Order: sequence, then structure tokens, then C-alpha cells
Amino acid sequence: MIATDLNTILPEVVLAIYAMAALMWGVYRGKDAEAPMLFWLTAMMLAGLGTWIGLEPEGTKTAFNDAFINDGFARFSKVMILFSAAIILLMSQEYLKRNKLLQFEFPILVALSVVGMMMMVSAGDLMALYMGLELQSLALYVIAAFRRDSARSTEAGLKYFVLGALSSGLLLYGASLIYGFAGTTSFGGITDAIGQGDMSLGMLIGLVFLLTGLAFKVSAVPFHMWTPDVYEGSPTPVTAFFATAPKVAAMGLFARVMFDAFGGAIADWSQIIALLSVLSMFLGAIAAIGQNNIKRLMAYSSISHMGFALMGLAAGSEQGVQAMLIYMAIYITMNIGVFAFILNMEKDGQAVTDIASLNLYSRVEPLRAAALMVLLFSLAGIPPMVGFFGKFYVLQAAVDQGLLWLAIGGVIASVIGAFYYLRIVYLMYFGEAREALDGTMPPIHWAALMASAFVMVAGIVNLFGVGTLAGAAAATLLK
Amino acid sequence: MIGLEHYLTVAAFLFVTGIFGIFLNRKNVIVILMSIELMLLAVNINLVSFSSFLGDMVGQVFTLFVLTVAAAEAAIGLAILVCFFRTSGTIAVEDINVMKG
Repeated sequence: MIATDLNTILPEVVLAIYAMAALMWGVYRGKDAEAPMLFWLTAMMLAGLGTWIGLEPEGTKTAFNDAFINDGFARFSKVMILFSAAIILLMSQEYLKRNKLLQFEFPILVALSVVGMMMMVSAGDLMALYMGLELQSLALYVIAAFRRDSARSTEAGLKYFVLGALSSGLLLYGASLIYGFAGTTSFGGITDAIGQGDMSLGMLIGLVFLLTGLAFKVSAVPFHMWTPDVYEGSPTPVTAFFATAPKVAAMGLFARVMFDAFGGAIADWSQIIALLSVLSMFLGAIAAIGQNNIKRLMAYSSISHMGFALMGLAAGSEQGVQAMLIYMAIYITMNIGVFAFILNMEKDGQAVTDIASLNLYSRVEPLRAAALMVLLFSLAGIPPMVGFFGKFYVLQAAVDQGLLWLAIGGVIASVIGAFYYLRIVYLMYFGEAREALDGTMPPIHWAALMASAFVMVAGIVNLFGVGTLAGAAAATLLK
Repeated sequence: MIGLEHYLTVAAFLFVTGIFGIFLNRKNVIVILMSIELMLLAVNINLVSFSSFLGDMVGQVFTLFVLTVAAAEAAIGLAILVCFFRTSGTIAVEDINVMKG
């Protein structure tokens, strides 16, 4: 029994053992002298595991009394998480080296948080959910404060820790109520306890607390207040990491809990998520307008994008989950490209995050400016870029489920949001002349930026088949 | 006779105290850490009382997990707080304001 269980969770076990072994090796061997090698090794490890999981045969396997589920949905999310984490890790190395932050703990913390994320998207039990979430969060608190000598970074870490711990507490309180009223912590058991009838009041209160905790993790309004400060204060590679893999994991967990445990009460949670979604889209679009710091702007942008992804979830249908997965795949691809650009915004060796420094950037680096323009158009959802199709699918899923008001809200919010993306494009091409940025771009960043921009244009043919794969993944979640 | 409701009421009371401790406290970050612990302990009371009244061991197993994670969380929180104190020289809540907007 235990052998088959361990076989099912083998990728997680391998990564966890690797992280611990790498930690020991780093501590007893060369310390930070080994850091570049550990960055490469960890990135290879993550990419290798991603390939392995991606090539696993179809079918659903469970382990440890259904506490761990390995199905198509989990595998799709894990492939996104692992590859985005690997790319971000490789991009981080250059930046951290330039800023004298190249420490061997960084790849290990990223690997540990990825183990947590893999647990999250595979959770089949409230305990597994909590342990995965905490493993991810604890590692992320530390890397948010990674620049220990900077007031901003430590403050970001502290804020993230306090609000993250608060959200974990709320989530846990909800989990305890659900356990009490369902009599079990397994998602299957909770579904049986709910049946098709009405939920008991205690269970409903538990569900609301659980939703609050999860909304914190995906930074949905009104639980978003940590996002701008943490994005601004953390070192830029950490911000890039926050904007990609953890978001996929949190959305995956959100869908997992809602459909696996509360699939019989879609009407109850769908309206709550619809409200979170519309608030996030509008606040993200409106609050970003006044921002001058590009990292802060990306924080509001991610809040708005999470609102769109939640719209797919609020639809409560297979089509909605498929749209959500497609949206997340497109979102992380765009973010990798944009952050590859932001990592190299430098002047005289100093990192610059002021948007005004991009004035007339197209004259300095025409190719980089053009790539960023494509990505910003895509983020804004302007056809024919791929970002438009992500929005199109979630809107379609919402309309098909009769959530017309939500879809209309989404369209209005995306029009408002387009303003601040286009403002950057305007500055780059028609701004006033001033001293330009002079950061050079290492080959990895250049490749990531160009590949991401290329995908945004070339993907319009068939989204590279992601749509079909996401459809198959969504089908396994809704069974 | 003390029933399940009494335990749940105590737990809810402690939990709300913890939340207010985080939001109303203007003095000291250590108090926030204590409030977080209070919230997690309230959850533990919930879990153990449910476990006892349902006659189901899972709740107690969950409690052990929560206790372990709470210890790790407190350790990491204090470590970040020490780093914060080194750079800013204070742990007063109102001084955590380098970034705003």
C-alpha cells in the first residue's frame, strides 16, 4: 500500500529530498560559491520534473486515503508551476549576481515553495491543503525579505508574513468548522455530507472563512492590500516569482477546493466568487492608473488579472475551469516576458523602477521596446494578441452560465485597464526626451522577453494547443 | 453540563480576540505575532472539541499538524522581525510605512 502511495507522490518526494540535500550541501560545502551551480541544478531539476509530470499517462491516481490526488488538472497546473519557476530561477541568477545577492538559499527556498505548490494543486483533504499552503507561504515569506539589509525588502517580508499568517488563520478556522459539520476532512467526504441539498449554516460559515483565506492567497479584492507593498519592496526576481507560479498554485487550489469539496453547492460559492472577481477587476484597473512604480503597477495588474481568472471559476462549469487554466497559462507567459524586461531596467548600474524612465525608450533599444509593447498590448487584452483570447474565453464561459453582468463588468474593467498599459507604450514611443536607461540584457533575459513576445503574436493560430490540454484537464476536475 | 457549543463559543471568542489584536494594535509587532498564535490556538480548540464530540481522531491529528506549523511560522516571523529591526531600528507598528500608496 505505502509503496504505491509513495510512487504516486514520487515527483514531490524527489523535489523535497533534493531541496534538503542541496541545503546540506550548500551549508557544509562552498556556501555562496556554489550558488551559480545550485541555480542551474535546481532549474534543471524543476524543468525535468515538469517534463516527467507532463509525460505521465492519462488517468487519476490517489494516495494516502485520497489526501493526494494526481489527475489531469493537477498535472496541467504542476507543469505550469514547474516551468515558470525554472525560467524565473534562471532569470533571477543574473539579477542577483549584479546586485550582490547571489546566495545559495534562494534556489532551495524556491524549490521548497514549489513542493508546497505541487501539494496545493493535488490536495484532496483539508490537512493536505493546509500543509501545502503553509509550506509554500513560509518559503515565500522568507524570499520576500531576501535582501536583508534593505528596509523595503524586510518591510515587504514582514507585511507579507503578518497578512499571510492572518489569512492562514482565517482559512484554518473555516477548515475546522467544515470538519466539525461534515465530520471528515476529505474532500470526497465533504461532498457526501453536503449532498445535493442545502448546506448547514455552520458549513456555510466555514466555507466563507475558507474562501476568505484563499482570496488572500490569490490577492483578490478586498483581500489584496498586501500585494502592492510586497511587489514593490521585494527584490525584482522575487516579485517576478510571486507574479507567476504561486498565482497558478493558488488558483489551482481554489478550483480544487470549490469543485472537489463543494461541487454540490455551486450556487452558494459562485456568487461570492463573482463578487470577488468584479471587485478585483475594477480595483486593479482603477488603482493602477496613478502608479509611477512599474513593480507596483504590475501588482495592480496582477490583481486585475486574478479577477478575470476568478470569473472563469465563478462560471462554475467545465468550460469555466478550462478558460481559467488557459488564462493562467497566458498570464504567466506574459509576466515572464514583462519581468525579463523589468529586471534590466537599470541606469549606471542602479536598478530603476520608475515608469518615467522609459521615456523614448524605443530610440535606445528599438527591439526591446517593441517586444515590451507587444506584451503590454497582450496584457491589456487588445486583439489580435493572445491576451485577448484569454479574456475572450473567460467572458464566454461567464456569458454561457448566465453571468452577463459579470461579463459586461469585465469588458468595462479591461477598457479602463488598457489605459495604463497604453500609457507606457505612449511614453516609450512619444514621450519626452530625457536621460535613457542603459541596462544591458543577458542572453537568458533577452531570450525570455523575445520568446514571450513571440508567443503572444504566434499563439493566435491555435494557442499552441493549450486550449485542448486545458479542456482535458478541466474535464478531470469536474468528472 | 458543558456541551460542544461552549467550546465553540470560547474558540470563537479567542479567534475574534486574535483578529482584533492584529487590527487594533498600534504599538508592537510582537503583539501581532501573539495574536496570530491566539488565532491558531482557537482553531485547535475547535478541532479538538469537534474531534471529541464526533468520536473521530482526524481532528486531533489535524491539531498536531497545526501546532507544528504554528511553531515554524512563529520562528520565521521572528526571524523576519529581527531583520526588520536591524534595518529600521524599531518594531513599532506605525513605523512600518516605507511603502505607501
